[in-house]
Amino acid sequence: MPAHLSARLCSLALSLFLIAFALPAFAGPFEDAVAKFANDDFSDTEEAIGVVAGSGNPLAFPIISALQDGRLMADPDSKKVYVTGADGKSIDAATGAAVASVPDSASAVRLNNRLRRSVDAALGGLTLQSPDVGTRLQAAQSVFKSHEETALEAVDAALAKETSRSVKTALGEARAAILLFKSDATEVEKLEAVATLKARGDQDALALLTGMGDQPASVTKAAASAIGSIQSSLAVWSMVQNAWYGLSLGSVLLLAAIGLAITFGVMGVINMAHGEMVMIGAYTTFVVQEVIRTRYPGLFDYSLLIAVPLAFLVAGAIGVLIERSIIRFLYGRPLETLLATWGLSLVLQQAVRTMFGPTNREVGNPSWMSGAFELGQITITYNRLWILVFTLAVFMILLAMLRYTALGLEMRAVTQNRRMAASMGIATSRVDALTFGLGSGIAGIAGVALSQIDNVSPNLGQSYIIDSFMVVVFGGVGNLWGTLVGAFTLGIANKFLEPVAGAVLGKIAILVLIILFIQKRPRGLFALKGRAVEA
Amino acid sequence: MFSKSTHDIAASFSRRGVLAATAGLVLGLASLTGAKAADDTIKVGVLHSLSGTMAISETTLKDTILFLIDEQNKKGGVLGKKLEAVVVDPASNWPLFAEKARELITKDKVSVVFGCWTSVSRKSVLPVFKELNNILFYPVQYEGEESERNVFYTGAAPNQQAIPAVDYLMKEEKVKRWVLAGTDYVYPRTTNKILEAYLKSKGVAQEDIMINYTPFGHSDWQTIVADIKKFGSAGKKTAVVSTINGDANVPFYKELGNQGIKAKDIPVVAFSVGEEELAGIDTKPLVGHLAAWNYFESIKTKDGSNEKFIKDWQAYTKNPKRVTNDPMEAHVIGFNMWVKAVEKVKSTDPDKVIDALPGIEAPNLTGGVSKMLPNHHITKPVFIGEIKANGQFDVVWKTPGLVAGDAWSKELEGSKDLIGDWVGKKCGNFNTKTNKCLGSGS
Repeated sequence: MPAHLSARLCSLALSLFLIAFALPAFAGPFEDAVAKFANDDFSDTEEAIGVVAGSGNPLAFPIISALQDGRLMADPDSKKVYVTGADGKSIDAATGAAVASVPDSASAVRLNNRLRRSVDAALGGLTLQSPDVGTRLQAAQSVFKSHEETALEAVDAALAKETSRSVKTALGEARAAILLFKSDATEVEKLEAVATLKARGDQDALALLTGMGDQPASVTKAAASAIGSIQSSLAVWSMVQNAWYGLSLGSVLLLAAIGLAITFGVMGVINMAHGEMVMIGAYTTFVVQEVIRTRYPGLFDYSLLIAVPLAFLVAGAIGVLIERSIIRFLYGRPLETLLATWGLSLVLQQAVRTMFGPTNREVGNPSWMSGAFELGQITITYNRLWILVFTLAVFMILLAMLRYTALGLEMRAVTQNRRMAASMGIATSRVDALTFGLGSGIAGIAGVALSQIDNVSPNLGQSYIIDSFMVVVFGGVGNLWGTLVGAFTLGIANKFLEPVAGAVLGKIAILVLIILFIQKRPRGLFALKGRAVEA
Repeated sequence: MFSKSTHDIAASFSRRGVLAATAGLVLGLASLTGAKAADDTIKVGVLHSLSGTMAISETTLKDTILFLIDEQNKKGGVLGKKLEAVVVDPASNWPLFAEKARELITKDKVSVVFGCWTSVSRKSVLPVFKELNNILFYPVQYEGEESERNVFYTGAAPNQQAIPAVDYLMKEEKVKRWVLAGTDYVYPRTTNKILEAYLKSKGVAQEDIMINYTPFGHSDWQTIVADIKKFGSAGKKTAVVSTINGDANVPFYKELGNQGIKAKDIPVVAFSVGEEELAGIDTKPLVGHLAAWNYFESIKTKDGSNEKFIKDWQAYTKNPKRVTNDPMEAHVIGFNMWVKAVEKVKSTDPDKVIDALPGIEAPNLTGGVSKMLPNHHITKPVFIGEIKANGQFDVVWKTPGLVAGDAWSKELEGSKDLIGDWVGKKCGNFNTKTNKCLGSGS
């Protein structure tokens, strides 16, 4: 944080706590508390946080925020504590005097989870009147979470001055949370608090209302009705949430299966090495990120955009190679194709294991794929959202390609009636190679996306191969729309079953349903009709 | 395309396709077979998965044993003979573990085997070690409820990991509500059974315990993480006790981070996540989540033994970033105990070594000395560490001394009277109430 900003914050903190503070030169409770940071004992640190935050000393804010960021250094020998700034300048935490350098024996004051909560609560109280709206909002939210009585005055003071509507709401909720747990709050105050929390209506509000303990009868009654209304609204949201998770899982299934829908669905090759193409795409992403990290760190957020075409080319080229060297000799012989591609998948796995090692490789999420946003009462994570968008885009592009390009026309011609296509002058073997390359390339693109949510390891492909076949067979072999509907149906069904049956049983139930379905409709959801079926 | 008759398929079976397929298979497997050996050496079997879902964890243990053998041979070997490793790859395939164990003992004539990670793999090789009377050193924390004559358990029993971790959460974090999440196999199921009994004995109500299992390699954690969030918003402090194994942990932690579950709100304490597993994750969102182990790489020792081990290990692997972890330490202790026992009885005969091992002491890497107990478990210190932003752990709590491993849990109705004692009673499941050995029938 820039120095002038922290200085302003300090003066605000000062005006907030109108308590006389000792001049830094005196050894008082503040100095004693600061020295406790050097004891490397969690309960001493907690005590020190409480005293420093409540001292009203202008140094309180820099000390506590330094503690949060791991910039508070303590020397166990001299019991001196220092605040180091981001700019490399340091001050003595007890006096505020600048020091030339922090001794080597000093190390950052350690925190555990309990202390992190105390730090959050303390910082919340200290930054309620920060000039920055975002900081104020965060402060109000951490006061809401800790809802300690001591913060009430600060909240009231901040509320009186607040102009931003969202911060005002957050402060009101923080105030309600405090009042609900304040033993000497009036019944009216508590009823108001219950109403405020009911309006907030999320799981945190529910948590406060269910955990509030003994209250006057009227408050208990109001709380019970608030709990009921929050719960019923959350139940609706949980349906929405399941549907979203289903769409998200469906998009992953679709992405993994879409390449197979070409190699298996359109060409009829039982391609057990499909998963390895996905894996190769993921490893391409890893290599791209490694190069970016070492040479062009500024481009990291674009790493996936760069990886997509590269993964398509790498996996596509390997696909063409496989088709030319192995699969073209095996057309029309499913059993050998199955064995050969399975053997190939082992070879590819072992090759990657030898090149990159057996352990997982870290593929980072670019900033636009990290985190989440709230939509009503559900959390939507950016990585899942982007994967859904990406999958649909890939699907549309592929569909358009098959429909509107010359290559697409030739592919359809060759797969529907090879001899007729050949007599019309299409180089069928070239088209075969390109089709297989296209399917593999798309699998490679899938790998780029899947590297964001799964492990990048030599086994990555294995976990998707069964699901991919399931989707293609269920949707109807040879029909891209069938693959789309199949993937989303399975995804949504799975996510609605999972909360009821658990992850393991849910998956089994889906498999059983598919087996029964295939008995009834052996050609899947969207069966091809006409002469193509017999080819 | 499946409409082709079986006759056609059978007829075409012998053609080039099969050749291509088998060529692929042979290539895939060729790199995995071990080397042949000379006669004047002592052979040490290494039975760890080098491929498949457990390769992430087990490959390091194979390297550890090779490293230890290398160090021992530099010191002149054992009983004047060089040690020689025989490495096989059971490929995360549980029945294959038994086959490979048999191969090690009967074909390669190894004197001792270091191996296994998952409890299913250990259960799969048990009959082989009993039948052929050999020794297995098992280095991983496990669910207990077992004490076999041929197995030495150098990892933690539940009372050396799970129970202290739960105690820590109750005392330090004041946790009142518990999610027990695990992978669906024997270790998480038994551990959770023990934990459930333990929590109930501490007055935790049934509705405050949520148990959840997922398959190996599970990758879509959205629903479960959302459930945990929901379960945690009932107004009581909530924690997750994770027995999730293998690489399913990576997407689990990613989802936790993305959905904004911070350690200070709902801490996750894991029993199978160490430095090695964290190497594949961005750990910044995970700061503060916990792990319970008997060793952490970050532990500073007064005699410098841990620091020296890390330095030698990184020099041996020629990788200055290579991490160390708890099961590695267990192999170090087990290996040194075996060497001491062999030198004590001046023989590698399994019967003699088995009888000599209880009572043998070997230094652990955290500055203490571990001892092999009559129940074939060892004494270990217990540490709770918080994940730091650099992928290492910061020890926030430890037991005052070493904890003796219980083969049989005191929390479970069926096993609280049982003890393992291979010195006095010569029995792995002796009932102290009835004064009877249950034998292998139970």
